[in-house]
Amino acid sequence: MVKTIEQKQAGRYGKFGGQYVPETLMTALIELEDAYKEAQQDPAFYEELNYYLKDYVGRENPLYYAERLTKKLGGAKIYLKREDLNHTGAHKINNALGQALLAMRMGKKKIVAETGAGQHGVATATVCALFDLECIIFMGKEDVRRQALNVFRMELLGAKVVSVDQGAGTLKDAVNEALRYWVANVEDTHYILGSALGPHPFPQIVRDFQRIIGLETRKQIVEREGRLPDAIVACIGGGSNAIGMFHPFVNDEDVKLYGVEAAGSGLETGLHAAAIADQKEGVLHGAYMYVLQDDNGFIQEAHSISAGLDYPAVGPEHCHLHDIGRVKYEAVTDQEALEGLQLLSRTEGIIPALESSHAIFYAAKLAKKMKKDEILVICLSGRGDKDVQTVRDALGGINNGN
Amino acid sequence: MAIKTLQKVMEAKIAQGEKAFVAYIMAGDGGLDSLREQILFLQDSGVTAIELGIPFTDPVADGPVIQEAGLRALEAGANLRNILKTITKFKDEIHTPLVVMSYLNPIIAYGIQDFTKACEQSGVSGLIIPDLPLEESTIITSELQDTDIALIQLVSLTSPQKRIIKIAKAAEGFIYAVTVNGTTGVRQEFTEQLEQYLANLKKVSQVPVLAGFGISNSQQVKEIGAMADGVIVGSAIVQAFHDGNNKQITELLNKQSM
Repeated sequence: MVKTIEQKQAGRYGKFGGQYVPETLMTALIELEDAYKEAQQDPAFYEELNYYLKDYVGRENPLYYAERLTKKLGGAKIYLKREDLNHTGAHKINNALGQALLAMRMGKKKIVAETGAGQHGVATATVCALFDLECIIFMGKEDVRRQALNVFRMELLGAKVVSVDQGAGTLKDAVNEALRYWVANVEDTHYILGSALGPHPFPQIVRDFQRIIGLETRKQIVEREGRLPDAIVACIGGGSNAIGMFHPFVNDEDVKLYGVEAAGSGLETGLHAAAIADQKEGVLHGAYMYVLQDDNGFIQEAHSISAGLDYPAVGPEHCHLHDIGRVKYEAVTDQEALEGLQLLSRTEGIIPALESSHAIFYAAKLAKKMKKDEILVICLSGRGDKDVQTVRDALGGINNGN
Repeated sequence: MAIKTLQKVMEAKIAQGEKAFVAYIMAGDGGLDSLREQILFLQDSGVTAIELGIPFTDPVADGPVIQEAGLRALEAGANLRNILKTITKFKDEIHTPLVVMSYLNPIIAYGIQDFTKACEQSGVSGLIIPDLPLEESTIITSELQDTDIALIQLVSLTSPQKRIIKIAKAAEGFIYAVTVNGTTGVRQEFTEQLEQYLANLKKVSQVPVLAGFGISNSQQVKEIGAMADGVIVGSAIVQAFHDGNNKQITELLNKQSM
């Protein structure tokens, strides 16, 4: 039987999703939905998008056979989907580009965005420079500190970066402030949300612009191996690289899908970002999802060494895919992610982003348990240049990463 | 649908040729112990209704003053459960309608049914949920149906006429006309469209239309009050209570009876 994840109601994934936003934003969301529907019917829109994806972003990017890693682990054949090779160094540009083109269709010349690790902020600042759009990026003060280089990159690209002092100063607080800014400037500003989160239609739009990851992977693996993979692994913060990778495979029951959340210091410590593992439902930033919270419904701070996974909820479609059992969600700690990062760096000469390193660690465990003729794909969502300082601090320089 | 008490109180006030005045406070700012004192002070000052803000970790509709008040309330240990429990203790002394303003997540965490019951027990007569637009309101309307608790609908400057008509049809208690695009808090200026926007709402709505967001001094209370059936004042009152400047609140109220 083919499981279907068709939305019964617009913006609903099972019981998850929805539009829990102040009235001031409702009209903008309805306009966005209409503009997107219209764009979907327009071949010229996709012609333009595909032109930039190819000549500007550098797609399609490779599905690389990680031979040394495969041999070292001694299990399944491992392929890496190289989103790290995109212009700006991560999958985030796929969505930023699509939404910027959509904003221009709506006649909006100003862009607001939030960023955690800075990858989405850099991607947004990049497309704004490309299309001459005014750009303001909200970033938590803690993230500004740990991703200082990305702040400077955004500023070089002409964006205004605003440090958010509220809360713990991470991604959640940046989204709050970006939403407040959007409410105040909704008439001429589009909000380029960076993950498969937020009120409808954002989770759908972000997923659709990220589906290219899974679509290319599907085509490439069939060309290479003549069949679909047995398993796919991707990391999950809000879940945009994972949903983009998974979505084209959801109806292929034989392809096992694994989403890897950030277990931070360990699930048992309470200091983590694994909202699906925590199993508490609620509303944050416009959608009904699994959300880290206490008994009073107060949202809890997420904890992860990787700024991009440091968010206390998981996008609504992932919550649904969990509930229907289609995707298996696991969690990997900071320490384990650091191991994953070192493993890939040394066996393949690829330094992955800390976010992607969560997927690598879990995939390495999984590959060992799989047969040699089985195929495993890892979504390598971004490169690790931005994390080198964090990794050096975490490894303490004691053993130089040995 | 029977007309709910909150609406009757508003209409009675307006029928006397007066304007309704709703005062917002952040429950728990200054500690839960000061809640009784603040509510009774506002009641004695003659406000039409009291809006009881519930602190939340992520108040996306609020500006700096209410955000900070919310943080103070959170630090003082206030939450939806203990705020309602506190109110219940002195509900016999309260004769002014209470309207709870809470973001949705604390209500979901409480449990919609239990929350509604607790509201009834503490004599709450209205509910404002800033992140619950009309489309999503069914999550709570079925529970509220047989109660005397009105779910207040918000209308914004960005709402198109068709939508305004839909919202007005569902409205009970009063319509909360948001007067700015943005968060709560002091504004020096309002859009020129404000008068037309409020006049249109009054024409479309079967229930009183109250203007709120940014209204912070007696001049604004008077001017904007004249365009609507009344006003809601939040940040200015929250700040005055925090500063211990209760006189300022009395002044705001006296100026509005014109």
